[in-house]
Amino acid sequence: MEILTEPFHYAFMQRAFVAALAVGLICSTMGTYVILRKLSFIGDGIAHASFAGIVIAYLRGANFYLGAGIVAVLTAVGIGFVHRRGRISLDTTIGVLFTGMFALGVFLMSQQRSYAVDLQSFLFGDILAVQPQDLWLILGLSIIVGVTVAVLFRGLLYTTFDPVVAQASGINSPAYEYALLVMLALTIVVALQAVGIVLVAALLVTPAAAAYQLTSRFSPMMALAALFGAASTEGGLYLSYYVRASSGATIVLLATLLFFLAIGLKHLRRA
Amino acid sequence: MKKQVILRQAQDETRQGQDDAERDAVVARDLDVRYEDFTALVGATFAVHYGEALGIVGPNGSGKSTLLKTIAGLLLPSSGELSVLGQPPRKLPPGTIAYVPQVEAVDWSFPATVWDVVAMGRFARLRFWQHFGPNDREVVHHALSVVSMGDLAGRRISNLSGGQQQRAFVARALAQEPKLLLLDEPTTGVDAATEEALRKIVRKLVGDGLPVLMATHDLDRVDDWFDRLLVLDRRVLALGTPREVVESGAYSAIREHTHTHGHLRHDHEPHAAHAAHPEIRA
Repeated sequence: MEILTEPFHYAFMQRAFVAALAVGLICSTMGTYVILRKLSFIGDGIAHASFAGIVIAYLRGANFYLGAGIVAVLTAVGIGFVHRRGRISLDTTIGVLFTGMFALGVFLMSQQRSYAVDLQSFLFGDILAVQPQDLWLILGLSIIVGVTVAVLFRGLLYTTFDPVVAQASGINSPAYEYALLVMLALTIVVALQAVGIVLVAALLVTPAAAAYQLTSRFSPMMALAALFGAASTEGGLYLSYYVRASSGATIVLLATLLFFLAIGLKHLRRA
Repeated sequence: MKKQVILRQAQDETRQGQDDAERDAVVARDLDVRYEDFTALVGATFAVHYGEALGIVGPNGSGKSTLLKTIAGLLLPSSGELSVLGQPPRKLPPGTIAYVPQVEAVDWSFPATVWDVVAMGRFARLRFWQHFGPNDREVVHHALSVVSMGDLAGRRISNLSGGQQQRAFVARALAQEPKLLLLDEPTTGVDAATEEALRKIVRKLVGDGLPVLMATHDLDRVDDWFDRLLVLDRRVLALGTPREVVESGAYSAIREHTHTHGHLRHDHEPHAAHAAHPEIRA
């Protein structure tokens, strides 16, 4: 018995479990919109672009979240603008701009001596390194995103399904789209420390995609996605302690496993 | 039908003496709508009265959808005046205009039931803090029963036929309790029974005083559907009762055009035919 509760004995592990719960819940909640609005590439793009912000903040001794947050939000709003104007293809914009931003981050980082170690933790996250003040920030941002989803729920739902008719009826579809992109940016910043840049897109997409297989209405899909998200982050963190593997990678592997289980379950129910 | 016509005439007579602003739900003067590299609508001038169904006919690319979207406030006119219920479309209170797009406009694999989609019609009328209450449920139930979909309320929308999708869209528009209804080719790809059901719904709404604008490419039964027709080919070619429009000749030109090569045509070619058909006004 003692061996099963062992991970909870350390303060850094306790913080990691609380942070992982928050990250799992909001990533998969936002992931519901990401899946249905087909924004997964955007999520990936924002995560990569924010790397430049992280590095600049790091080099200047500024706060990690401040650097990542500013760049992520600016990027999200920029994407929204390009998306609305529609003159350049969104894929092209993201492909060009964000690999460029990412390269800028790597470039600046590589000029530092200790770069190999730090780069690793940014790319794949290190939830065990969450400090008490980080935890307050993660919880605060998560609550802001959660409350915003609750308040804007109907408008976000309508503009996700049918933005044109919603707008004709007097709902400000572009405003909802921008609000959603800013929330997505904040979510990504929160998730960066847990799973890192490379894996954040998986946490946005996979739990929601698993939930989509098993539900036929929006609210149950969101609830099940949140459950899958939390189960992946908590379960992944817990398992990673025993298998001595990267927590971010274990979390994403667990989410992937849940996704295939969901597909299997869907086919079983049909048969 | 006859009763409705007489009723409408009576209403028209009582309205005589009132000014146009009170008689007309939509007033457009010299309306131009430009996209980046071409003008979709040139100098459109017309009015839609309260309690009439106005059919918009014209070949593909003639600006029918553009006109509806502009009235819905989705596109801004590049010049000219447009007044909907006495105001520019975007200044209207939420819920005023219901727009029914072609069914391909959305992804039907979205996780939602018929009820969920029709309930969205209420959303524009609800403030952030207001609950979806018993009255809203009542309105959704009623809208579903009008389109005869009460028994399909719990069905997932991905399992609907084309006709059922179209009726669900109409029900969503009705649930909005709009003051103006815009329909974009609702009879495309639906079976004859659905088409007749939609026609009856439209006539009933019009009888109750709702102004209805509907784009259609189906020219066979226009006099059963509409009080007046607007023949559009980027310009307003004719406007009047179906009979007046037929007699003007503009209609037969469009008809021939639509039937012989009604699919894609060049938007940029000059339309010499325009001069041959002077506009008429009802």
